[in-house]
Formats: sequence, structure tokens, C-alpha cells
Amino acid sequence: MAFGPFFLLALMEGLVTAAVLALAASGLSLVFGVMRVVNVAHGAFFMLGAVLAWAVASAMPGQPAIAFLGALVIAPLLVAALAALADGLILKRLNYDPEATIVATIGLLYMIQQAVLALYGPNANPVTAPFELRLQLPWFGYSGYKLFVIVAAALVLLALWVFMTRTKVGLIMRATQVDRTTARSFGINVDRVYMGTFALGAALAALAGVLIVPIQQAHYLMGGDPLLLSFIVVIIGGLGSLRGTVVAALIIGLSDGVISMFFSPTLAKIIATLLVALVLVFRPQGLFGAKA
Amino acid sequence: MTKGLLHPTRRGLLMAGGAGLLSAALPGYVAAQGAPIKIGFQLHRTGIGAAYGRWYERTAQAALKAINDAGGIAGRPVEILFEDDATDPKRGSEVVDKLTQSDGCDLVMGTLFSHVVMGSAPRAGELKVPYLVCSEGYHVASGMLNRWTLQPGITDVRSQIASMAPWVSANLGKKVTMIFPDFAFGYDHRDFFTAAMAAQGGEVIAQIAIPPTETSFTKYFAQIPAETEVLYHVMVGPAVLTFVKELGEFYGSGAKPQMFGFIDSLEAVDTATPGLEFLEGTHFWEAHNRVKPADAGEHEAAYRAAVGVDDNGASVSDAADIATYSHMFSTWETLFAIKAGMEASGYAGIADRQKFVEAMEAMTDLPYGIERPQGAKVFNGKTHQVFGTQNISQVQGGKLVRVHQTSMADGAYEDAVDYTTMSF
Repeated sequence: MAFGPFFLLALMEGLVTAAVLALAASGLSLVFGVMRVVNVAHGAFFMLGAVLAWAVASAMPGQPAIAFLGALVIAPLLVAALAALADGLILKRLNYDPEATIVATIGLLYMIQQAVLALYGPNANPVTAPFELRLQLPWFGYSGYKLFVIVAAALVLLALWVFMTRTKVGLIMRATQVDRTTARSFGINVDRVYMGTFALGAALAALAGVLIVPIQQAHYLMGGDPLLLSFIVVIIGGLGSLRGTVVAALIIGLSDGVISMFFSPTLAKIIATLLVALVLVFRPQGLFGAKA
Repeated sequence: MTKGLLHPTRRGLLMAGGAGLLSAALPGYVAAQGAPIKIGFQLHRTGIGAAYGRWYERTAQAALKAINDAGGIAGRPVEILFEDDATDPKRGSEVVDKLTQSDGCDLVMGTLFSHVVMGSAPRAGELKVPYLVCSEGYHVASGMLNRWTLQPGITDVRSQIASMAPWVSANLGKKVTMIFPDFAFGYDHRDFFTAAMAAQGGEVIAQIAIPPTETSFTKYFAQIPAETEVLYHVMVGPAVLTFVKELGEFYGSGAKPQMFGFIDSLEAVDTATPGLEFLEGTHFWEAHNRVKPADAGEHEAAYRAAVGVDDNGASVSDAADIATYSHMFSTWETLFAIKAGMEASGYAGIADRQKFVEAMEAMTDLPYGIERPQGAKVFNGKTHQVFGTQNISQVQGGKLVRVHQTSMADGAYEDAVDYTTMSF
């Protein structure tokens, strides 16, 4: 394949990776920024979103588009409810102690993974894309749905940005992020903010899972890679910074697309990990993070 | 209680009497049958091999029933203890340990994924327990493993490939690009197909390795050179459907090379799935034809009925549940090989494990029969590997139709090892 189309395909693939990654990582970043909780179960929420999308789609046979829209609404809501429950039952009782919550969310990860294995089984199951559109370019064909994923993720991230910067709830969340004690003395119910933030973070991961499932299939082990990459993105972008997360997701996604296509996917992973190491050494707060 | 003992009720008396009768009769029954032979089965029930594991378990259960219905092994009943290894090499060796040491199994069998075989076989060698794999990998016949590891139920990849290459180069094209999993099983494909094509005057112009846990494939397809005449693909794991779908999207309605795939890329996947229309007219290797051929052998129908698979290769109870038909027969044939080996060696207990391996090594001709529904085979005692015939099928009208069958000689190669000279 000539360089031009080759590069185009690399960019398109990279953008799809970046879009899904930005969604998943923004949830992780939000939870860390506001609550100072490193949520290891984030990948499990992503996987749960995909599996629930499959469950919803199976329960609504017939129109794939309607079933997918249903999944897009129902799966993140269910995952958010589960996350809120986990926050109330576990994280709150640990007083959001950073070390304790890491261990607790590792436990949560295993519980979710094994529950899905027990109830859903070990098989990978496909979900039909909401529409069948295949773009036939002169050099290669491309899935129209993948382009939809990019647009959908961009819209959700835009909505998240508006929510955080233009609404009162977003203001309260940012206030809690800056100083929890002062926020409380101004009458903010910090417990409720935390529960809402954890639920929102999980819902974003689940949404990413729903968007990816028509491309990948739902499988109980699918949360591993997104978790690792989300951490990479969040560390590079700066913990708690939404803008940093999006920029870092674009860097990681596009470099993954281009490097894995022109060289090898293993090299792409090596470079991403190297980037994390360099950022941790030379700019520990991340590209856009505030100094701790 | 005291009252009950002094003044027993009629129900109490009946129950006590019944229990007494049962306990008196049971030991006699067991003694008459002999203690059961316990076979440990290392099963990919979860992890990336789960689709295979599901069917390996069903096939092994069906073979077990057939063997026990016909009187067991040397008159003793047989039982199988299934243990999940999560398709993980580290867990695999622990499973061999548990089945052998805690459960007291006579031998261990059933492993498919080659990285699990590689992780488990050394432990089986240390424990001196026969380890019968159903894996296709060349690792047994290459001499990498040990005297306790045997593969009597399925032809290895090297032989499969050697028999495919002449047909591919004669019918599809000379310039081949290969796509294969980036681990032991994929390297067997890479090394032996490249050599076999060179021997046919063909050439492998690109080799694309994909990690087995990969979930997105389009980025690899861009590396396929434009002058490729034949695309050779073999993929495994839960993402195989994604792999073939993305391959279809990539080529779309544009020009595409001839395609030759190992059915592994489509095991447990329906060939009529939407998005796979591009496979029409392409070719696949199959060990055991998923769609029952018109001229199938006389035992094919009985085998399909026993394992619960219909003529299209789907479960009789669920048409969407496609079998891993080209691999699962290996567990059936391995169980019957165990029966033959144990009966030939006069196997009485774990002290006779070495005698069992020696009896297996003495096996040669294994004719077609219900014991070997995939076809006749020849066992090579020196390399611990069995050899049989292979099939090439073409997708016609969304179904796999057999268009060629190889002979045993097509897949022959020089022995690389003589395990019989190694110590136990």
C-alpha cells in the first residue's frame, strides 16, 4: 500500500483507539481528581458495560439500532448504580484512604470479573452494530461504525466538559476537588459528591465499553488492556485534568495507530510505557496536572 | 431421639432397612467392577481457549460414555476429572500437579493451547505422569518435551502444513503473505509453511505476527503487500470473529488476494455470520469437516450423534453454538488410544505408568473406526506423534465444502527425535 493511504488508515485506527481511550480514561481521571481514589476496578466497569450491552441487545431482538440505543442508555446507568453502591458500602467506610481504596478496588475488580464469568460465561459474544455501513475507499474498505465511535466519543467528552465547567453540579465537584474540607464547611455534601463522581466515572467507562462492543465482542477479560492504557493516559495527561486526559489519549491513540502500523504493535506499547516513565521522572504531575 | 429408638416408627424402620441393604450391596458392586480408572483432564474452561474447552469437555464426556457403555478399560469403569486451567501456562502446571498429586489420577490429558502445553509438560515429566496432549503443536515431535508427553489424537501442525503447501502453490498462487498468532503455535505455522512453500517454488513475501490477546486487527492488514497472491491466515482466541470481520471490512468490495485459512480462524464461528460474505470462494484447512461431506465415512453419523453435533457442525440443541469440530475429535481419539494403551500394557495402577507409555510407543497402525472418527492414523512411537489425513474445504453458499483430501504421505517428514532412547 502506498504511503498516503497507509498513513490515512493508521490515523483512522489511531483515532478510534484515542476516542475510546479518552472516554475510559476521563472517568478514571475524574475519580482520581475529585476523590483521590485510584480505581483499579475501572477496567471491570468497562467490561461490565460491554457485557450489559450484549445482555440488553439479546433481550431486545429485532432492530439492532434500537437495541443498541437501549444498551447505550441502560448499561451505563446500571454500572453507575453498581459503582454508587460500591462507594457507599466499601470506599466510604474506608474513609477514602488512598492505600486502602487501591486494595479494595482490586478486590472489586476480581469480584466483578468472577461474577461475570459465573453469570455470563467465558465466551466472547458479538453485538450487532446499530447500522451496517462499509466505506469503500480506493485503497481499502473501512467500517462506518468506527467513524461513528469517534464522533460519539467526542460528543460525550464535550458534554462532560460543559457539565464540569458550566453547571452548578460541576462547580461543586470542582470545589470538592480543590479542597474537600473547605467545600464541606460551605455546606457541600461531600459524601454525595463522592458517590456521584464514582458513579459518573464508572458510567463513562461503561459507555466506552458499549461503544466498543460492536467492534470487539464482549468478553470477561476485556477490561485489562483499557485499564492499563487508561492509567498510561491519565499519568501522561496529569491526574485529574480532563484536558490533559484528552490530549494524552490522542497522543497514545494516534502513536499506537501509526507506530503499530508502520513498525510493530509491540513497539507502540514499549514507547507508550517509556513515555510514562519519562513523564514520571521529568514531570511527575503530568503534562497538564497541577503540582501536588 | 431416645423415644424414637425404643419405639421406632414404620418409616424409620423402612429407611434404616433400606440404608442397610444399600450399604451391604454397594461394596460388592464396586469390587465386581474394580476401582475406576481416573483420568485427569486439563480443560480450557475459561480464558482465551474457552470456546474449545466447551467442546473438548462435551466430546470427552461422549467418548467416556461410549467407553464405559462398552465395559470400560480392561473391565474397569473410567471416570474423568475436569480441571480448569484458565488457558494459562502457570495455572496449567498447577493443574497437572493437582490432578496427579491430590486427585490421584492415573494420567493427565486434553490440553490444546501450545503455550499451556509448554508450561505444563515439564511438570508432568517431573511427576512421571503420562501427559497426553490434544494440541496440534510441533513441540511434541520436535523433541522439546519429554518421554511422558504424547500426542496420539491429532496430527501436528508441521505435518498439516507440509500436506497443504503443494495444493496451495498449485491452485492458489506462489506469493504468500502469512498472518499468524505471535506464540509457539504461530511460529510452527510461520517456519514450516515458509519452508514448505520454498520447496514448491513459491515464496512467503511477508510474515505478520499478531499477539494472541489482540482485539483489533485492521492495523495489521495494512502491512499485507499489494503483490500478495495468497493470504494465509490462522488466528486463535476469543477475538477470531473480530479478526475475520475486520479482514472483510478491510478488503470490502475491492480487489482481494486468494485466501487460505486454517479453520482455527473460524472455529466456533458460523460461516454464515453477517459480515463474512467475503469468505465465499476462499479455502480452509480442516482436520475434520465441519459440514458433513456427502461421502463421509461410515462412523461419521454415529460420532456426530454421540457428541451432539448436527450435519452443519452446530450443537443439536442450539444451532448458533458452532462446534470446534476440526479439533475436538482429538479428545475422543486420545481417550480411545488410552484405552488401547492401558489394555495392551496390562495397566493395573499408577505403578504401571511407565509400562503404559512403552505400550503407547509400540503402537503403529491405527485404522479408521468409531475410535478414530477423523480417519485412519499412524502413530510414530519415536516422536510420540500421530499422523493422519487432512482436508481442504471451500466456502460455497456460506458453507464449508470439502474440495480436496490429502494422503498420509503428503504430510510426512523426517523424525527429529527418538524419545524411546530417553530415560523415564
